[in-house]
Amino acid sequence: MVVGDRRILDGVDMQVEPGQIVTLIGPNGAGKTTLLKVLLGLVSPTGGQVLRQPGLRIGYMPQRIQVDEILPITVRRFLGLGGRFPKDRLARVLAEVGCAHLLEQPVQSVSGGEMQRILLARALLREPRLLVLDEPAQGVDVAGQGEVFQLIARLRDRYGCGVLMVSHELHLVMAAADSVICLNQHVCCTGKPDVVSRDPAYLKLFGKTMPAGMALYTHHHDHRHDLHGDVVEFDGPPGRGCPGAEAHRHHG
Amino acid sequence: MDDFIVRALLGGMAVALVAGPLGSFVVWRRMAYFGDTLAHSALLGVALGFLIGLNVNLTVVILCVTLALVLMLLQRQRRLATDTLLGILAHSSLSLGLVAVAFLEGVRVDLMAYLFGDILAVSNEDLTWIFIGGVVALGMLMALWRPLLAITVHEDLARVEGVRVSLVSMGFMLLMALVIAVAMKVVGILLITSLMIIPAAAARRLSSTPEQMALFAALIGCLAVAGGLWGSLTWDTPAGPSIVVAAALLFAVIFSLPGAALLRRLRTPS
Repeated sequence: MVVGDRRILDGVDMQVEPGQIVTLIGPNGAGKTTLLKVLLGLVSPTGGQVLRQPGLRIGYMPQRIQVDEILPITVRRFLGLGGRFPKDRLARVLAEVGCAHLLEQPVQSVSGGEMQRILLARALLREPRLLVLDEPAQGVDVAGQGEVFQLIARLRDRYGCGVLMVSHELHLVMAAADSVICLNQHVCCTGKPDVVSRDPAYLKLFGKTMPAGMALYTHHHDHRHDLHGDVVEFDGPPGRGCPGAEAHRHHG
Repeated sequence: MDDFIVRALLGGMAVALVAGPLGSFVVWRRMAYFGDTLAHSALLGVALGFLIGLNVNLTVVILCVTLALVLMLLQRQRRLATDTLLGILAHSSLSLGLVAVAFLEGVRVDLMAYLFGDILAVSNEDLTWIFIGGVVALGMLMALWRPLLAITVHEDLARVEGVRVSLVSMGFMLLMALVIAVAMKVVGILLITSLMIIPAAAARRLSSTPEQMALFAALIGCLAVAGGLWGSLTWDTPAGPSIVVAAALLFAVIFSLPGAALLRRLRTPS
């Protein structure tokens, strides 16, 4: 993927299976959102291809929505913008994400965390086979973040849909994630995040405030990134990319 | 009441009924300046109509749509910001229109009537055009309502949900061109956007859903037309600008009402 004269994404190869949670992590400017947009079909890649199951229904939760104050709109009408749905489905989905009480509120008056749940509800109303979530826990406090991730895991179990989500550079991902992809213009490494890190620095940072059901995904790189996100080689043969991909695959 | 006043009222209110709901979208989509640019280019459409002997309403619609498409193409480049582009297009097309009108031989074009409207001279034929155009525009707007609202709130989300974004936004531009052609007679090309924006902005204070705002905008627009005409007849002021002044007064009153927020809260079912 090339934008202007900048190569944003290069040699990314990934897949999401039904019922699988794949989490995309990486620093700012790593191309996470661009990758999502390519996968969603919002931008066409300059090279490579995206294969989808024919007729795949996608539920998309964009990164934080700000509805202008000039547009008067209630949560109910906002949810209705995604299409027409049977009433019982609306009630069920609202109960699942826990925001039934907000239905008649103006969209502008709900909090950041509530808005995330409403966006999730709008995606779920489509009964998607694939849920695409762009930073679902953005603007939510740490305890709330745990709830959001647990909710996503529950929804995956219930709907059996595949989940692809982006999480910010904070390497805080759900223990239940089946696969983590660390992206920085290329795929740095992929792995299963099933071990809670013992790293004292992480424990000091998050300590006991960590809700159950979350794990920290630590991994070692065989290269470093400089401040601009460019790959700086060390300990490896010269050349771009990930030499010896096996060597830095997560050891969990 | 005299015939010409009845015709003026009917024509003006018909325009206001369409301009209110459409203007709500103009306000929501932050396209006020865009509407202004389209309106400015309408004079070139008028000159073109006289030049090639086609119906003026038709050439205005065609020219506005063409300009909208040109603008969409120009927006793809990144060097100039949209407001700069709009400024260039608005004023150069208006000037081009004025120059073109000057070149027209044998036809005396009442420039003031096109620039500021001539609602008191609305003929039965004009009324027919206004009604047909208005009904078509309202029908299109109703058909486009939900997808248009969806892309206004979040374009990418709407696209993933299956809305054909470029088709819908093109439809919206066509609508604006149509309403400009229709409203030109009433308030003139320099004041058209005010009839879209001022009632819609005033209606915001009273509404808690998009549909309410569209409806109130239409009603406030009608009130402004009636009030403006009354003022124009009473004080012998130009009708088009008087309508805009009436709309602005209504806006000011509604926005300074202390109870307006309360009204909205009462209206929201709990």
